[in-house]
Amino acid sequence: MATNNDTQLKLWEVFTQEKAGASFEHAGSLRASDNEMALLNARDVYARRNEAVNIWVVPSESITASTPEDQGPFFDPANDKAYRHPNFYKTPAGIKQI
Amino acid sequence: MTKQEALVDFCLQIGDTSLIHGQRLAEWCGHAPILEEDIALTNISLDLIGQARMILTYAGQTENKHRDEDKLSFHRDAWDFRNVLIAELPNGDFAFTMGKIFLLGFYMKNLFTVLSNSKDPSLKAFAEKSLKEVIYHCRHAADWVIRLGDGTIESKERMQKALNELALYTDDLFEVSESEKILVQEKLIPSLADLKTNWSHDIAAVITQATLKLPQANNALRLGGKAGLHTEHLGHILSDMQFLQRAYPDAKW
Repeated sequence: MATNNDTQLKLWEVFTQEKAGASFEHAGSLRASDNEMALLNARDVYARRNEAVNIWVVPSESITASTPEDQGPFFDPANDKAYRHPNFYKTPAGIKQI
Repeated sequence: MTKQEALVDFCLQIGDTSLIHGQRLAEWCGHAPILEEDIALTNISLDLIGQARMILTYAGQTENKHRDEDKLSFHRDAWDFRNVLIAELPNGDFAFTMGKIFLLGFYMKNLFTVLSNSKDPSLKAFAEKSLKEVIYHCRHAADWVIRLGDGTIESKERMQKALNELALYTDDLFEVSESEKILVQEKLIPSLADLKTNWSHDIAAVITQATLKLPQANNALRLGGKAGLHTEHLGHILSDMQFLQRAYPDAKW
């Protein structure tokens, strides 16, 4: 019998939106063979207790991610330039999300 | 059969079908081919048990003999159960289980659509709530029927075999029970006459897309679920499901 160590289906990342207008947040990942199966599985695994009103599923291989080596060049330069941070503005009353 | 008795009997038909179907699907817990499907099947099972709880509670209240949903579930014998036969059949392979959810799901979808217009407020509320659940069950199962039917040689063969075997039991879904007749006559529920046509239309669309053949029963049809005439399988599932309450009556968590 032929052996195949990786019998698992394709990996997908799941993003859920808690309520209309809110940002989608990464909820976790799952296995599925195509987008419809990924969407149904995402509903069952990550949204079965009213956690979401919308779901995105994205093949994990489609995500381009920064690596730990990028950390210095990518993120350090922002730290010492206070003028880049919008710290001097007041958030108007009643705004819940920016 | 009085109108009140008919209403109780009809609620048992629906509640017992959801209960036994749900109990069967729970047997997949920890055994499904992938984790995601394990969760999906147990989700469906929990939806069904929730439905059973709601409608059996109402059956008990209507009957007015001090039987709540637990009493009705755990302290009746096989011949008192009114579920359709497909619900009690063993799960078989994955294709057979999906075939069961698929055929029963579309039956429940069409039945609950009709009952959403019932004059009985409790039946109406039950149907409206449960309809949303079964529409999802239909989508999940239809997706698998298409995937397996239009899949590999083996998956196609197994899916077709499952549908052919299940075809023996689908006329049982549409056998008109005495309680259904009375409730329609009394105008408590709308006519169920179009149920089979609408169901056939729904399942044919999926079966065609799955490149499968519409199943033809090649043996004597099995009927009688709604009248309490069950297959040998119901007694076994009840002995499993009811054991604790029978051995230790009124045991609580």
